[in-house]
Amino acid sequence: MAAPGGDMQWCFSQVKGAIDDDVAEADIISTVEFNHTGELLATGDKGGRVVIFQQEIENKSLPQFRSEYNVYSTFQSHEPEFDYLKSLEIEEKINKIRWLPQKNAAQFLLSTNDKTIKLWKISERDKRPDGYNLKEDDGRCKDPNSITSLRVPVLIPMDLMVEASPRRVFANAHTYHINSVSVNSDHETYLSADDLRINLWHLEITDRSFNIVDIKPANMEELTEVITAAEFHPHQCNTFVYSSSKGIIRLCDMRESALCDRHTKLFEEPEDPSNRSFFSEIISSISDVKFSHSGRYMMTRDYLSVKIWDLNMENRPVETYQVHEYLRSKLCSLYENDCIFDKFECCWNGNDSVVMTGSYNNFFRMFDRSQRRDVMLEASRENSKPMQVLKPRKVCAGGKRKKDEISVDSLDFNKKILHTAWHPQDNIIAVATTNNLYIFQDKIN
Amino acid sequence: MSEENEETKTSNEQQEMEEAVASPEKAEEAKLKARYPNLGAKPGGSDFLMKRLQKGGQKYFDSGDYNMAKAKMKNKQLPTAPAEKTEITGGHIPTPQDLPHRKTSMVTSKLAG
Repeated sequence: MAAPGGDMQWCFSQVKGAIDDDVAEADIISTVEFNHTGELLATGDKGGRVVIFQQEIENKSLPQFRSEYNVYSTFQSHEPEFDYLKSLEIEEKINKIRWLPQKNAAQFLLSTNDKTIKLWKISERDKRPDGYNLKEDDGRCKDPNSITSLRVPVLIPMDLMVEASPRRVFANAHTYHINSVSVNSDHETYLSADDLRINLWHLEITDRSFNIVDIKPANMEELTEVITAAEFHPHQCNTFVYSSSKGIIRLCDMRESALCDRHTKLFEEPEDPSNRSFFSEIISSISDVKFSHSGRYMMTRDYLSVKIWDLNMENRPVETYQVHEYLRSKLCSLYENDCIFDKFECCWNGNDSVVMTGSYNNFFRMFDRSQRRDVMLEASRENSKPMQVLKPRKVCAGGKRKKDEISVDSLDFNKKILHTAWHPQDNIIAVATTNNLYIFQDKIN
Repeated sequence: MSEENEETKTSNEQQEMEEAVASPEKAEEAKLKARYPNLGAKPGGSDFLMKRLQKGGQKYFDSGDYNMAKAKMKNKQLPTAPAEKTEITGGHIPTPQDLPHRKTSMVTSKLAG
């Protein structure tokens, strides 16, 4: 589906969400995920709600096909809770949504907040029974004595109804805040990771889970590292990785032992000690880790860069891309306003040739690995005319600002793109600003 | 002796300045240290991570204290909440009204609108 070679041009397709600037906290988008076919696109927000969009394809066979994503289902996944024992609020914010591969007519997804993971079943109903013997059409009961003949009820078509129901609730397994869930390639198990531990679950069993990683020190004062993300390998059901706040990725093989505290591989880029600063460890903290579809590579996102690692080489990444290097001279203010702790995610395109991640000022970046080209684009209402081509953006670090460039001091650090997703097969991307979801697709010439 | 110390101090400062020019990160670090002289050397310590583990922060409410305070002030009003609701510890006994009431709004997401 990707345009062979040449410049990929991205066009605006749709935007979802309110236009007003006054953003309610509940509307802040916290996760975006396509399902395995790309037909469904799910979002989670800070208010614990999930909205699922479905692609309605107009004439996919024609070269200028346009895909439109329309609301398919929406439901309240999690609610705010209060842990009375520890006097702690449990936020209803959806941290992650992961789709299960489709096995039957229904769709299943896992959604999680800080403490509880839920398996939701989304099913369609487009028929209803009609012609009961003991009930009138409007539902009133008939007097049995008045019935003189019998009929066989039939199923008649009705307007499509999409129902979401919670099928499993996986609770009470995490003392710390869940940051990741990942479905295994065996389609039977999944992992959930919090700051210090990773648990393995079976999708059918809610009252038990196995702890497979535990990095909690005996003495909490010796705590130096926390888990920031975890993911199962796309094909090897025994392999998973987890990233840390120190910029280290550990690959574990569940065949080695029940508790995978000892890694099989450790990926870390050596740092020049003379370059070390107060900020070094903070900006090396990995906010996201994603395997390539091929399973040969993995990508990590730290505060300033995206790194591609070959699973066969532990001592350094094979590619490093600077997302917003101009921020290096702003680290002091970014530390003061807490932006330095923002957790950006990253994603691969369907054939692993391009990677994408977000930045500030509603900018997002794409790095084309094969063509060694990159581009910075903006998600904004100003560029939201149908099929409008997005113009590349440039930030000038200092000194003379060229026309059309934006000075680093004019960047809006409240407009962050933390969550992006790429359709598994086509060049369609979903980009979440604070409370809006943008859908872009590449222009077919 | 003091002369020697002064000399090493200036040469250290000079080295820092040179580093700052070479590395924008070090320049930013110098800026931060200038603003917050009490800042610890390493940010990755356990205190820092522990704060991260707590995330939302704890709310303090002791039902025993609350009931005692209510009993003592049977005819009086309970003290009103302080202006900033973040720190509800210390002398003030929080009431259920003080602790923000968390309940879902049951409003449909604007994305679905």
